[in-house]
Amino acid sequence: MNIPGDLKYTEGHEWVRVEGNVAYVGISDHAQHELGDIVYVELPEIDTEIDAKEEATNIESVKAAAPVYSPVSGKIVEVNEDLEDSSELINSDAYGSYIFAVEMSDKSELDSLMDADAYKEFLEKE
Amino acid sequence: MSKKLIFEMSSVGRTGYRFPDLDVPDLPLKDQVNSSLLRESIPVLPEVSEVDIIRHYNGLSKRNFGLDSGFYPLGSCTMKYNPKINEDVGSLPGFTNIHPLQSEDSVQGFLELIFETTKSLSEITGMKWGTLQPFAGAHGEFTGMKLFKAYFKKRDELHRTKVLVPTSAHGTNPASATIAGFHIEEIQADERGLVSVESLKNQLTDDVAGIMLTNPSTLGLFEKDIIEIAGLVHEAGGLLYYDGANMNAIMGKVRPGDMGFDVIHLNLHKTFSTPHGGGGPGAGPVLVSERLVDFLPVPDVKKDGENYFLDYNKADSIGRVSGFYGNMAVLVKAYAYIITMGSDGLKKASEYAVLNANYLKEKLKGTFHLYYDTTCMHEFVLSAKKMKEELGISALDIAKGLLDYGVHPPTIYFPSIVPEAMMIEPTETESKETLDYFVKTMLEIYQKAKDNPEELHEAPRNTPVRRVDEVMAVKQPILKWHAE
Repeated sequence: MNIPGDLKYTEGHEWVRVEGNVAYVGISDHAQHELGDIVYVELPEIDTEIDAKEEATNIESVKAAAPVYSPVSGKIVEVNEDLEDSSELINSDAYGSYIFAVEMSDKSELDSLMDADAYKEFLEKE
Repeated sequence: MSKKLIFEMSSVGRTGYRFPDLDVPDLPLKDQVNSSLLRESIPVLPEVSEVDIIRHYNGLSKRNFGLDSGFYPLGSCTMKYNPKINEDVGSLPGFTNIHPLQSEDSVQGFLELIFETTKSLSEITGMKWGTLQPFAGAHGEFTGMKLFKAYFKKRDELHRTKVLVPTSAHGTNPASATIAGFHIEEIQADERGLVSVESLKNQLTDDVAGIMLTNPSTLGLFEKDIIEIAGLVHEAGGLLYYDGANMNAIMGKVRPGDMGFDVIHLNLHKTFSTPHGGGGPGAGPVLVSERLVDFLPVPDVKKDGENYFLDYNKADSIGRVSGFYGNMAVLVKAYAYIITMGSDGLKKASEYAVLNANYLKEKLKGTFHLYYDTTCMHEFVLSAKKMKEELGISALDIAKGLLDYGVHPPTIYFPSIVPEAMMIEPTETESKETLDYFVKTMLEIYQKAKDNPEELHEAPRNTPVRRVDEVMAVKQPILKWHAE
């Protein structure tokens, strides 16, 4: 199971990479594997204010549509436009393909997320 | 069998008809019709002989697979056999030759049919009265949620905007509630796969409008705590919506009205055995409890002495939800089903649906993983998670493998709370022999998964179209023929 040590994780299988005050969000390798071939990624609108655990966007695979929740509160400042035409990038490189980035309003929310070890344990239990 | 499209069979000038010689002056079209209304070029339509067109349609019908061709255990979608007498009754000229704008006194029979169907469905569901207007299940849900809105508006409680929906619900439930102006909160299932009463209690805040439930649920499980759930929701000032998609499991046994529900929609094209294929036409009647009767759509069909009439005089009504009176021919077929089956027949249909599902479940659970190992209702959910991990064979591979045996696959990857889900619903009309054939087939597929998994990855081999590229089918579907 591919779980990079430098990222944070949620129980909804999102990952977070922190760069300064901005949190980049994608879905974990486990999540892409469960979803199967991803055929569409809806990109959220830039400048949208979002709360932690609020639904930010949706991903569609050949099996299902799944919501992606924002792990942190703040404002959406970037989206990965490459996914518009190449949604399969998430399948081939889940951690190299962020979906959206949030400028955090409360960095302490990161403390409640799991580190790689905790996420690994969480997956084993699931 | 030729796989050529009818366009590819076309040859310029070939026809399947011959007109008699012209006996009127031959005037150019452009002199007769304003040029702005005329095409600039001739449309590319296939030109074929009569025998070619017959072969074309006959070929299409043979490449189709329906209930009349074989076993079709599509969970949640309830592909029941449609007795042919329904079609006979639905084709009676007295029904097919009337017009929706005819005077009431000239369509008394049709109005009587609407009245009697509404009455029968009210009795079957334990509700007060209803409307037959909605065109399908999701339309029924939307109508039901508009009734919720009207009820809270009348009570000056429009702050109630939250609708609770279980994680296993049909996707249309949250969609319909959202379109009707509510917001959704999910209710978690407990370890039994049922609504968790404890977490429900915490979610019943003063902004709650109600709950949408399917009972039995999409897992094929009966919500045993429904009386307690109904009590809690009503106590909190909310209403209960019953998604009737699974009503076929409980007819004559237990009624949603008696469970405490306020609104129910029925899928006549499922439970009441009207055709389902090709996306419809469906019918999604809505029945309501006493407290919502005033809000039902207009016109309502009423009876005055021996006469039936359309009543538009309802001040609190949400208005029309269809141009006229719904999918009329479907209503006729459903009524034919109800009266030919009778109350005993409907009860038996539910009993056999549940019996057949439990028979398959017991036969298959030793080989395939039964996700919730308990008595099921009309359907049950297996998981291929272990098979995928150990043998590399997914629910999709099993589904494709079934096609080679002349069996329609069950529903796969739904409900999403079960990984690698296969949702099997045999329905009531299948014989023990057919069920045994399905069991044998599933066991053979399991053996194949162990011995020769490659063959399953390549399945189906015997169908007119072999395995499609699912990604490209979504991303770049080729839906149109283009002339070279």
